[in-house]
Amino acid sequence: MGFEFNNETFRNDFTFRNSPRAIARFPFPFDRDDYMYSVNMEPHVPGRPGSVFEHAFDVDEHYLAEMRDRALVLKDDPLRCQSLPHMELAGWDLLELIMESKARDYPHWFELHKTGNRWTWINRPMEIEQTFTFLDPSTLPYGPMEYITRQTQGDFTLQDQRDENLWIEAGMVTTQADWSLDFDIGMSFHEWHAPVPLAHEKGVFDRALKFLLKLQHGAPVRRFNWTMTVDPLLDTSPENYPKWGPTKSQITLDNIGKRQHLRVELQTLWRLPRSNAIAFPIRCYLIKFEEIVTQPKWARRLHRVVRDLHPDLAAYKGFLRNRETMVKWLSQYDDGAPTSPGWWPED
Amino acid sequence: MSVGAPRIDVIVSEVVEVNDLIKRFRFVRADGGDMPHFSGGSHVVIEMNDHGTRRMNPYSLMSDPADSKGYEISVRRDDAGRGGSLYMHRHVKAGMRMQIGHPVNLFPPDARAKKHLFLAGGIGITPFMSMMSQLAPVGARFELHYSVRSRALGAYVDRLTAAYAGRVHVYVDEKGEAIDLKTLLATQPLGTHLYVCGPKGMIEWVKSTAYAMGWPANTVHSEEFLAPPVGQPFEVELAASGRTLTVGAAQSILEAMEAAGVDAPYLCRGGACGQCETAVVRCDGHIHHHDHWLSDDEKAAKTKIMPCVSRFEGKTLVLDR
Amino acid sequence: MTKTVFEKSIRSRPVYGELQPRAGGAHLFVADGEGAGAIVDMVARAGSAAAELLEKAHIIYTPGANGTDQFAALERLGAAQCHRSPSFAAAESRLRKVLADAHMGLQVYLAGTETVIGLAQRAAMEAGLPHDAVQTEHRGSLARRVQCVHCKGITESVTTDPFVCSHCGLNLFVRDHYSRRLAAFQGVNIDAEDPGQVPPAVERFK
Repeated sequence: MGFEFNNETFRNDFTFRNSPRAIARFPFPFDRDDYMYSVNMEPHVPGRPGSVFEHAFDVDEHYLAEMRDRALVLKDDPLRCQSLPHMELAGWDLLELIMESKARDYPHWFELHKTGNRWTWINRPMEIEQTFTFLDPSTLPYGPMEYITRQTQGDFTLQDQRDENLWIEAGMVTTQADWSLDFDIGMSFHEWHAPVPLAHEKGVFDRALKFLLKLQHGAPVRRFNWTMTVDPLLDTSPENYPKWGPTKSQITLDNIGKRQHLRVELQTLWRLPRSNAIAFPIRCYLIKFEEIVTQPKWARRLHRVVRDLHPDLAAYKGFLRNRETMVKWLSQYDDGAPTSPGWWPED
Repeated sequence: MSVGAPRIDVIVSEVVEVNDLIKRFRFVRADGGDMPHFSGGSHVVIEMNDHGTRRMNPYSLMSDPADSKGYEISVRRDDAGRGGSLYMHRHVKAGMRMQIGHPVNLFPPDARAKKHLFLAGGIGITPFMSMMSQLAPVGARFELHYSVRSRALGAYVDRLTAAYAGRVHVYVDEKGEAIDLKTLLATQPLGTHLYVCGPKGMIEWVKSTAYAMGWPANTVHSEEFLAPPVGQPFEVELAASGRTLTVGAAQSILEAMEAAGVDAPYLCRGGACGQCETAVVRCDGHIHHHDHWLSDDEKAAKTKIMPCVSRFEGKTLVLDR
Repeated sequence: MTKTVFEKSIRSRPVYGELQPRAGGAHLFVADGEGAGAIVDMVARAGSAAAELLEKAHIIYTPGANGTDQFAALERLGAAQCHRSPSFAAAESRLRKVLADAHMGLQVYLAGTETVIGLAQRAAMEAGLPHDAVQTEHRGSLARRVQCVHCKGITESVTTDPFVCSHCGLNLFVRDHYSRRLAAFQGVNIDAEDPGQVPPAVERFK
């Protein structure tokens, strides 16, 4: 693949960084100079070679470090991964989807061999070789969802579909933008989105739910979400808020370039075949402000988006208190020139 | 297809005459690969080229979801219908190439149920066959009550009785056997979910009895695909595409739009899923709503229509499509 | 005292209705404190249907956390079974036994404080009833059962916002975000970003 996995951390000394290659392929979420909620879903079809859309599940230079960080989170708090009893079949669906996708898209790293229900999975980067019986959880060290998501970047939730609604009833959530799986598990679509401001009134969730209930197998979709995070901390959980909350008061014009990160979620949605559930991978990408401004178009645009964002959204996303500092720092990189449409760096 | 996944090229690998009214068809992939997995209760839309008329009818998958080599459906011949079932019975032979959609499930068992109670009438047995195949190996608790007109027309009775001994109860109309619905519904443990598939009258009887006995709405599930009804031809104007179409007597609005090359969304084509819902721009006349999707208020308001099954009678109908 | 009027809130905050007699094979009532009044009112509304309903009724009642005890009014209804328990915890095994033995057609009616409604609704859900098949009517105290999202400890009868977690000692603000699975509202540290800056507690849930 032409790159090595970074040896880096997302806690304590925070050695996380993006290589120039990772910056160039960063999924910058703004396709125009302003932002408001919308359903903004598009088919999740393979995109430009080298981009984060090239494959169904993107594996990048942060893979091993993110998996090490996930293991640490789970060691501390096993409740970050939960599955209600009726969701096991959906877990197998997810395991199959990820194993087949990765073995197809990254054959030098991953292999899947099937003899009937006897499967062998090889994950070379993580040095795993596992033979197991598909649909028999006793042949894996964890439940199927936990097993495969300990080896896959991004958070995952599984939604059961019934009564014209979606119910969040399983998940692996260790890289979340401040929401608690342990609290939200079992809720309906509107309930787990309840704390989001403005979007309910705009009918965003009504339309999204209607769309998702008709999501078809073989036709996944994707959308972006974003927020801001101080330091490259993947685990911005409500559980640990007393630990990471104080860092927000430490942002200054001198350190903002290094410590302030744009946090982007590439969210995809998949109808699972055997269970009729919907899988919702939420892949988190972090980028430092000083890395963003190496791309002039992104620097100009991020300045304008942050400056003009509705204050309720800035508050919900948790950066209202640092907005002024962000705008001031970013303004040095905005000469007022027009930006081209779309999110690609320059074209 | 406007929405979702591409179609699957298949070959008819087997046609079996189950009884005087029912034929079973098995489809395998033309490229020799595996079929997508599916969940019990799913249906597929089968595309037919009926001598120049394109028909797309939904049929429940009855085969074992664990069987990824092929899909099976059973089709009951409807001599008075528009011709889809007649086409399947008369013209579809082993070795033929056809196209089908990806499976869609509008009738899934509730995975949390403590027990599943299945009530089938006639050809309504098919979705329960895939459900039971999926539920049995994982030890789920279920019971089937199956009403048939006569022993000869009771499709798959022997197969089901053999596979699920003690859990299958068959009622033969001809012999005067009938299900004791009230007793059955009164004795189910808390957490049971009820599923009914069969003739319209049976579905209404089961649902109204269950509600009257205090079963919560979300524990009672039913599926009924409607064949688009035959009627008088009529004209429809399409505002967005600037076309005026004539909908034939044995054609639906959706089919007329597709024949004219107008892009229109759909999933089930049987008035159940809501995907083809279309705004009515102007209506001077009467819409014959045949769907299960719109509420009574929405139907009365004449502002929405389901083009897959509903028809129009009157002067002008303009749709936002 | 009549049923409580609530302010408009977010979609995860429970809403309560007014108990209505419904057809069913059996009728299970769970109430605490002032919730007894909701059952008495509903039976009155049932009119001529009341006798048949009470013949198949089982009432489980616990006095309110504030001491309100209206058990006598419930006993006078003449239900087939009418039981007074000292607390919800003491009544819970009885409730679970009734649900385990029940058949479809059982109607469940819950009345009183959010805490008891929430805990009884959770038991009904675990027994297999959809949560929206259970009828609820709020009466009495608005004190909340709150889960600290940090230490997972539950603090009962929270009346002020913010409050101090009875387990880990953090200052928590009380959200309207509610989990039916936990039967609790969510409490989140209010001074995480600026430790020590805690606004004065206000009595929001009387």
